[in-house]
Amino acid sequence: MGTITFVEHDGTPHQVELEDGSSLMELATNHGVPGIDGDCGGEASCGTCHVIVDDAWITTTGTRTDLESQMVEMSPECGPNSRLACQLRASPALDGLTVHLPEFQM
Amino acid sequence: MFEQTTTKRETMTTNSTLFQRTKVRVTDTVQATVPVDRVIQSVALTLKAKRLAGMMKALRFEERPIPDPADVPLEEIDVSNPFMNRQGQWYPYFARLREEAPVHYQPKSPFGPFWSVTRYADIQAVDSNAEVFSAEPYIVLGPPPFNAEMFIAMDPPKHDVQRRAVQGVVAPKNLKEMESLIRERVQDVLDNLPTDRPFDWVERVSKEITGRMLATLLDFPFEERHKLTYWSDTISGSADATGGTTHQDELFPAAVDLARNFTALWHDKAARRAAGEPDGFDLITLMQTSEDTKDLIKKPFEFLGNLTLLIVGGNDTTRNSMTGGVLALNRFPDEFEKLKADPKLIPNMVSEIIRWQTPLAYMRRVAKRDVHFGGQFIRKGDVVLMWYVSGNRDERKFENADDFIIDRKNARNHMSFGFGVHRCMGNRLAEMQLRILWEELLERFDRIEVIGEPSYVQSNFVKGYSDMQVQLTPKPVREQTPVRVEATSGA
Ligand code: HEM
Ligand code: FES
Repeated sequence: MGTITFVEHDGTPHQVELEDGSSLMELATNHGVPGIDGDCGGEASCGTCHVIVDDAWITTTGTRTDLESQMVEMSPECGPNSRLACQLRASPALDGLTVHLPEFQM
Repeated sequence: MFEQTTTKRETMTTNSTLFQRTKVRVTDTVQATVPVDRVIQSVALTLKAKRLAGMMKALRFEERPIPDPADVPLEEIDVSNPFMNRQGQWYPYFARLREEAPVHYQPKSPFGPFWSVTRYADIQAVDSNAEVFSAEPYIVLGPPPFNAEMFIAMDPPKHDVQRRAVQGVVAPKNLKEMESLIRERVQDVLDNLPTDRPFDWVERVSKEITGRMLATLLDFPFEERHKLTYWSDTISGSADATGGTTHQDELFPAAVDLARNFTALWHDKAARRAAGEPDGFDLITLMQTSEDTKDLIKKPFEFLGNLTLLIVGGNDTTRNSMTGGVLALNRFPDEFEKLKADPKLIPNMVSEIIRWQTPLAYMRRVAKRDVHFGGQFIRKGDVVLMWYVSGNRDERKFENADDFIIDRKNARNHMSFGFGVHRCMGNRLAEMQLRILWEELLERFDRIEVIGEPSYVQSNFVKGYSDMQVQLTPKPVREQTPVRVEATSGA
């Protein structure tokens, strides 16, 4: 049903099959995308699934919620498009989405 | 014991004569400008006031055999008993609580009444909800010896500001810079261990490596690093706070010494930088070169609080993981064979060690308002303990949770670092330190055998060891192959 691309900090892209209903964190960890840990299992309480949404996509995904801000704003790499991948649900609307990974997870 | 292992490293150490000199100069000139003595005075006054107000009960604990959990009425269960861990009773007690009373009330412990939250999901929910469950005014069960300003015990937004100011020192970017120095120091410790007789792993390896790491982090005079360990142990071992063995009379001199030394450290660093010494990667340099913190010394409570938090947070946690890992591999010997066959498992094993050990048993919260939680009614002001040590053994989350499985799939989901805004700031440093230790151990030793039983620390907070005898068997020389594992983002 489409793909999502995770781009590592060094530019290496990883294309992952989009599965409706999964979170982007689950997609990444299930497909072994390096650089996403997901230590809290998707509860927005560890900050280790930080992604930076490509500018072209931020209106589609929307910006982060307060819940996400609490964790992700602690990261020195946090920017306006920073989100927690566990709080982004995959759906057909996100087919073709590109997100960038920070150099380090917290 | 220290001399034996340090001779080779002299070149990397802070120049101690310079430090001594600065210390003298500091006590001469700084008293006028920096109110360090006011800090000390105020600590003394607080202690005295507390004693006079009867707030410090000066708890003392006497060890008695703890009955099996099945023989104790549910409402009498008191998991704050500081001998629970030593007597191997924590796990059976928590297993019962998770089944029968996952949110449990103990009305009259020596530390006062408290709630225990014991299931993984419930703990995660409390830890993630700083709006309802406050970390103030402190995060151990009983009152700590003195109120240093530490952000681990502050709620947002104050917490966030303070944490952001110092977290750079343990941020992965900085750790990359420190990795080779930390590795050299680990190698030096391991190369000086006896292989012809058993020795105390806690003293020779766990304490020693942790002390060196903390000294590296602070650029603290290397030969005086045992002070860091001493202060930290004294503070976290307070009887009134955690059921430990430190009493008030020891606390005051330790606090004075700590305040004086850390203040001197700041001025020594400033003097060395002014004299043209290139900037290092240590905390003090970081503070002095950052706009937000370059004058932090003018806020001595905050300055001392941050440094104290770092040495206390990074001390017995990492230390007991270093001991716990060896013990776990002895209790589950097949896992050691698995590890030797596939050293790439080290990063995942590090997470599993931290889960299995759970170096800090709980964190404390206070309800900011009345709240229904887990079928119970928690009132505003009630004390709530999140028992990580129980959540990490919750079968609802971890299959065969009591077993140590180095390739456990969800080992990284352990809750030993907590969750939410206070999630351990030093987690990447701890993981790196343990990864390096195990890489270097595998290069050197074929067997790491625990002799007899370890001794356990008296505490309801620190889950740790005071002594563990170990016999090493070196690898036959020709077999030595490097096993260094590429760091994943996780370690
Ligand atoms: C295996 C080793 C370690 C364990 C198990 C551990 C555990 C914890 C826990 C449980 C918390 C509180 C989490 C919460 O309230 O949700 C914490 C916070 C903290 N830890 Fe660690 N820790 C370890 C190593 C370290 C190291 C090496 C350092 C630094 C050198 C460190 C510094 C801190 C700091 C500064 C905080 C306060 C964070 C905040 O309030 O935002 N820890 N740690
Ligand atoms: S997985 Fe922990 S914050 Fe997303």
